[in-house]
Amino acid sequence: MARKTPEINASSMADVAFLLLIFFLVATTMDIDSGLNRVLPPWSEQQTDAPDIRERNLMLVHVNKYDQIAVQGELVQVSQLKDRAKEWVLNTSNDSNLPEKKNETIDFIGEYPVSQGVISLQNDRGTSYEMYIKVQNELTRAFNEIRDELSKAHFGRPYAELDKEQQDAIADAVPMKISEAEPQNIK
Amino acid sequence: MPVIRKKEKKEIGHISTSSLPDIVFMILFFFMVSTSMKETELVVKFKAPQATEIQKLENKSLVSYIYVGPPVESLQAKFGSAPQIQLNNSFSTPQEIGQFIASERDALNEADRNKMTVCLKADKDTRMGIITDIKQELRKAEAYKISYASVKAVGNLK
Repeated sequence: MARKTPEINASSMADVAFLLLIFFLVATTMDIDSGLNRVLPPWSEQQTDAPDIRERNLMLVHVNKYDQIAVQGELVQVSQLKDRAKEWVLNTSNDSNLPEKKNETIDFIGEYPVSQGVISLQNDRGTSYEMYIKVQNELTRAFNEIRDELSKAHFGRPYAELDKEQQDAIADAVPMKISEAEPQNIK
Repeated sequence: MPVIRKKEKKEIGHISTSSLPDIVFMILFFFMVSTSMKETELVVKFKAPQATEIQKLENKSLVSYIYVGPPVESLQAKFGSAPQIQLNNSFSTPQEIGQFIASERDALNEADRNKMTVCLKADKDTRMGIITDIKQELRKAEAYKISYASVKAVGNLK
């Protein structure tokens, strides 16, 4: 019986498949969205002052409408920003003008002096988005490098290669505190 | 000798194409799995800024998109070339963001609502004024998770 069934002509199968393939090529996109992830602060009706943060724990980064960057009132270039932020957060010399540290017990790592510093990023309405992202990127890079260093010291591997719990531990030890302040005009 | 060569040529015959559909189907399935459908027609054009520390957006179904940029050429005669906000398929004002977020949130499962992320796809030449307005509206709409879409920079940013 089986021998008697005639063979179906499959020569047009390729054409059908090609047609489908071309349809999918045209109708779909392949780009995976990626970007800098941030969490915005909750909205409050009345314009509250900045939360109570001691002056030494706050690093002010201003970007004005001419795309100039000022760190603590001092003009810097984008290329300097990462090292400035890193130096400030790490506070290796325990300078009393740089952010204080609080010893916390963290899984895997144990007692670790967690920096209490918050980087406050303020921009003008005229700042270009490109510069804003560059600044955000440099600040993120500073934190990522600190995390990488800590991760290498404790686990002997870069942060990206750790498993979930270890990454969380490192993230607890080096919290990425970048605050996007209330909008205001900056001279 | 030439006679023998002629005979050999005839014996080769044509190449069998019976496995061609299989190969094409394989490519087809690859594309079906690795791509996603275009959902919105862009009415603004944008070129994302470059960054090095980017993270991928994990779950696409939890992401809402806000596009910011100058209108595409064909619409510039009507809308000008100043940066505009695009929600869904049309131009919008910042005030409409609240409603947009609410409807996007309604479309999600109860459990996933707090995981919703807004992907802000803005042109690199936009000014921060419009971005700040959007951010303020997002805060009002309680959509706190935001991702500034950017492309991986090749080499060092300078």
